Amino acid sequence: MTSRIKNFPGTSLSEKDFADGKALFVHDELKADYAWDTGVGIGAYLASLKRGQILGARCDHCRKIVVPPRTVCEWCFKPMSEYVPVQDTGTVNTFSLCYVTWDVQRITEPEIPAVIMLDGASELSESSVIMGGIMHKLGEVDPKKVHIGMRVQAVWKPESEREGAITDILYFKPI
Amino acid sequence: MRKVAVIGAGMTKFVRRALETPKELSWHAAKMALDSCELTMDDIEATCFGTAPDAFDGVHMNGEYASDGAAGWGKPYMRSYVGGGTGVFNPIQGWYHVASGMFDVVMIVAEEKMSSFYPHAQAAFVTIFDHTTERALKPNLLWIFALEMNRYMTTYGIKKEDIARVSVQHKRNAAGHPCALLGEPNITVEDVLNSETLAWPVQRFDVSPVSDGAVAIILAAEHVAKRLTSKPVWIEGVGWYLDSAYWTNRDLVYPRYVEYAAKMAYDMAGIKEPRKEIHIAEPYDPFDYKALHHLEGLQLADRGKAVELYINGTAARDGNMPVCPSGGLLGVGNPIAAAGLMKIAELFWQLRGEAGERQVPGQPKRGVAQAWGDLMQVGTVVVMGR
Repeated sequence: MTSRIKNFPGTSLSEKDFADGKALFVHDELKADYAWDTGVGIGAYLASLKRGQILGARCDHCRKIVVPPRTVCEWCFKPMSEYVPVQDTGTVNTFSLCYVTWDVQRITEPEIPAVIMLDGASELSESSVIMGGIMHKLGEVDPKKVHIGMRVQAVWKPESEREGAITDILYFKPI
Repeated sequence: MRKVAVIGAGMTKFVRRALETPKELSWHAAKMALDSCELTMDDIEATCFGTAPDAFDGVHMNGEYASDGAAGWGKPYMRSYVGGGTGVFNPIQGWYHVASGMFDVVMIVAEEKMSSFYPHAQAAFVTIFDHTTERALKPNLLWIFALEMNRYMTTYGIKKEDIARVSVQHKRNAAGHPCALLGEPNITVEDVLNSETLAWPVQRFDVSPVSDGAVAIILAAEHVAKRLTSKPVWIEGVGWYLDSAYWTNRDLVYPRYVEYAAKMAYDMAGIKEPRKEIHIAEPYDPFDYKALHHLEGLQLADRGKAVELYINGTAARDGNMPVCPSGGLLGVGNPIAAAGLMKIAELFWQLRGEAGERQVPGQPKRGVAQAWGDLMQVGTVVVMGR
């Protein structure tokens, strides 16, 4: 069928068409404000960050310790009511050197997002689940020297400046 | 369950920024699908529609908004949405409409207009990250792919220049597609390796483009399909699966969500040895490494070995198992929901021997299409055969 059709619909516009006024458009900025309640699991997580501690949740049934804490265990659907601290040290599971911001601005010094496997959470399971894996950034490190398997530790904001947010950890640095 | 066939298909060009609105693009694709099997809207009993987050369009309930062009008015009509997996889920939704006996003829339309989000659709993706634990770090969507690509290539020791072969082959394949946005007959591995580094290891030509476009197919029950066409293409198996929403709790090295969806589809299709029984594969390829990742999840290559299919020529159009003969998302373009359904349309055309310049040789009998979405967690798989 495609081989029989010569002219497909769809009209491509270029930036020039807009600059020259050939294509009309309506521009609007939507305003959408939210205040998200943090809930039981993440609320406890944020409160612990303010204290300079990373919290996980332990399942009474299958005994996994996971980060971030949550109220229900995904594996056995039992309640996770016990919250336990894990270490603020861990291992880089993977990382990137990113030269583009979230809104597509170019930057010359890369941001270094990483998945960090925190010590004290359950180990990588047979089903490739990283119980203590969280996303954060790396800092105080030469981008060329970052590698998978690198040992890192959280660098915290001074206690007086912490507000109960993931950004209470500034970044993770090599140890 | 009743047998279900694809009997018609249509699509628009995939372009960076389309003059046409979502409902206009949808209408063009739906009209072409109807014409291709000589039906009219009077013959369509129900319509399944797919489009990605409302955030791209800035329109709440975008499915209802687009419904006139999407052949929804006056019909049992529903939009389904599983992120990037949507375009391969829509025909699954249509399949159970028909297989169940509820309807005999169903229209499937998938549309995406990403260009409305200003200035770049990328920024709309920030809302897929957890608002409390992740968004404060100002992530962008490239992070998640770059993290996964690095984990994948480092674990198995795969070279970037070998992964670049995927991008090269798909973009070259797309040169034969009349709707393609990035068909490049002469692109080389060096071009990919020399393109701008966005989020190492991801470079510009490792990524599919933001696009606008629409695709439609028509499904029919066996007794209707056999009356309407001498070349029905059967939906032989379907599968879908969701992995953990805590994406950092998963080892990104392997897509379990694809494996489970594929096994569900293969079981239904009676496929025991997919590497022998699948003749064409259309894995989801928004990034080049992702095609490899998904070929492994589809059980079409051992873990860490999918790149060999590109190195030894198996994946080429004239190879033993052509991969993305359409040109894929890397070459044809990535209007999210439409891109997934484009893969279903490609299998329909390939299995009927109607793919023109892109036709794979050897009269292929069976193909698999797959898409993936949300936070690296949804797998959707359809097996089609003649």
